[in-house]
Amino acid sequence: MSDASDIQPLKGITTPISLDYYITPGQATARFLKGIMEGRLLGQRCPKCRKVYMPPRGSCATCAVPTEEEVELSNRGTVTTFCIVNLPFYGQAVEIPYVCASIVLDGADLPFFSMIAEVPVEQVRMGMRVEAVWCDPAERKPSLESIKYFKPTGEPDMPYESYKEHL
Amino acid sequence: MREVAVISFAQAPSVRRDVLRNEVEILMPVVAEAVERAGIPRAEIGFTVSGSCDYMGGIPFSFVTALDGVGAWPPIQESHVEMDGAWALAEAFVRLQHGDVDSALVYGFGKSSVGDLPDVMNLQTDPYVVAPLGCDSISMAALQARAMIDAGICTEAQMAEVAARSRRDAIGNPYAQVKGDSDPRALLGQPYISSPLRKHDCAPISDGASAVVLAVGDLARKLCKRPAWIRGIDHRIDSQNLGSRDLTQSPSTRIAGENAGTGKGAIEVAELYAPFTHQEILLRRELGLDGNTRINPSGGVLAGNPMMAAGLIRIGEAAAWIHRGEARRTLAHATSGPCLQQNLVCVLEGE
Amino acid sequence: MTQDKAKHYEGVLWAVHTLEYPYTRSVGQVIGTFLAGLKEGRVLGTRTPSGKVLVPPSEFDPETGADLTEIAEVSDTGAVTTWAWVPEPRAKHPLRHAFAWALIRLDGADTAMLHAVDAGDPARMKAGMRVKARWRDSRSGSINDIECFVPVEG
Repeated sequence: MSDASDIQPLKGITTPISLDYYITPGQATARFLKGIMEGRLLGQRCPKCRKVYMPPRGSCATCAVPTEEEVELSNRGTVTTFCIVNLPFYGQAVEIPYVCASIVLDGADLPFFSMIAEVPVEQVRMGMRVEAVWCDPAERKPSLESIKYFKPTGEPDMPYESYKEHL
Repeated sequence: MREVAVISFAQAPSVRRDVLRNEVEILMPVVAEAVERAGIPRAEIGFTVSGSCDYMGGIPFSFVTALDGVGAWPPIQESHVEMDGAWALAEAFVRLQHGDVDSALVYGFGKSSVGDLPDVMNLQTDPYVVAPLGCDSISMAALQARAMIDAGICTEAQMAEVAARSRRDAIGNPYAQVKGDSDPRALLGQPYISSPLRKHDCAPISDGASAVVLAVGDLARKLCKRPAWIRGIDHRIDSQNLGSRDLTQSPSTRIAGENAGTGKGAIEVAELYAPFTHQEILLRRELGLDGNTRINPSGGVLAGNPMMAAGLIRIGEAAAWIHRGEARRTLAHATSGPCLQQNLVCVLEGE
Repeated sequence: MTQDKAKHYEGVLWAVHTLEYPYTRSVGQVIGTFLAGLKEGRVLGTRTPSGKVLVPPSEFDPETGADLTEIAEVSDTGAVTTWAWVPEPRAKHPLRHAFAWALIRLDGADTAMLHAVDAGDPARMKAGMRVKARWRDSRSGSINDIECFVPVEG
């Protein structure tokens, strides 16, 4: 066969993949997202340890039992910890700087992430009281994106003792 | 070697498509049942290991979410394999040899229905020179079936008989998905998907889950009336280069079977993971199973194939015969990769 | 296809999630050489110390584990060792009309490689039949630089 020593090897190859998946969220998350469409925040309580999950995933991670009891939660909550994002990145939807916070809603036992707005970023603090600002009902989707962000309520800050276990 | 036994087993019914429940919701009651049947409090199980496949479910780290349904507090010793739960069981078997823990929870789960499984399985192949061709898993299996037919090892009619027998046996299995009486001749009248394979030659798409509890020595005897002892377990893999293999043979199955001790005594029941009819014929040859062994009384994966759980179900089903006192020595086999590339064999015995 | 699957989810919350990855891979010397060969319309393999030529090439000898560095060129014509006829191609298949997948042992090679055969008629397919690569006009260094194989006489 002919001499193949003249061949210069290629360095790389692109092998893109694309796969479609028809995802259903599961019964618990579906109920939660239906509540979101109605402008309601529905947590779920564990029958054993009584903790309320928000957002709920249908089971208690500690007790490994289904969380079926629905608990309607307030739109208000407390900032446990937060960060001010200054880093620009590709695909960023919000202007920097902006605040990402870990918020425990009144009635819930678990914090979740959302943004804080309508306050100068340097005024955001741990223990700050905030409330959800929703999208217009017409724009709501079955997704946590239906909550645009949280804004301060003006109530006095919560003491550290009240939220420190969530840190 | 510490003696390890399967002391309990549970599975979800295999269904074509669970549109309501996610993976955790399917898995949770299965794990709860296996743990309850084992009789060990969840917090006392020494090691937890699972098998699942991110590409199948389209969700990265799906096994981490699954822990919501398994209970990971206080913190547990946990592991995961991106494989069928049968390989998770192999890991648990090895882990139990260390001597510091005496029990293990093993589970496998997955929703094959959410993606396009034959295309997902393409991603298992060589990413440089095979996967970009876009060949699906059924076509690859068909290449092997053709080679076996050309070599005179099997016929399409024999393959149809495997399918008919599996569906008929599945009638007695409440967890099976595809069941009923079928006439092999009618099956042969159906069109090819990828010749020589027709729909009945292929395992169905299934969503499901399974769980097994293992225990060591005296703990197993204390908790289980008839522990199913793992007398041998081994797994081997053939070349990932399809064109360098003789597809009419499965050396990895043969070697795994020998090492697991299939030849050491008569096997009464064998649950073989044959997602294609011709592969059951090949597996029986390589494992030396003759007419004295009952093959796939559950219907096998041709009756329900919840990928990532199905291999563990073979082990559970083989163990269940011993738990019920209906057999003394059984075999379970699991496979992974195109054309029986990787094979695990487990030999189980009653006391 | 979407409508076909969507009907199963009526009344249930569902969404299509598309997983896409660009995957740019470094290929190393051996595969890099194979792909460079394909770009030039040539098929290359590696030769083991025992004289076997592996196509597609392997970086190591499957029998001894030794590194393989010797490149060998093989023909773009060879014999089908096994095949599977696809009456209705899937979306990701290389051809849009019925065709066969096949393992093809090219002349000069000791292993077979996977590719498609555009035979036109399943009756033409049999183990041992001779096929030749149909090369694409524009090649980039990929297994798909060969569009498929076609039957040839002799």
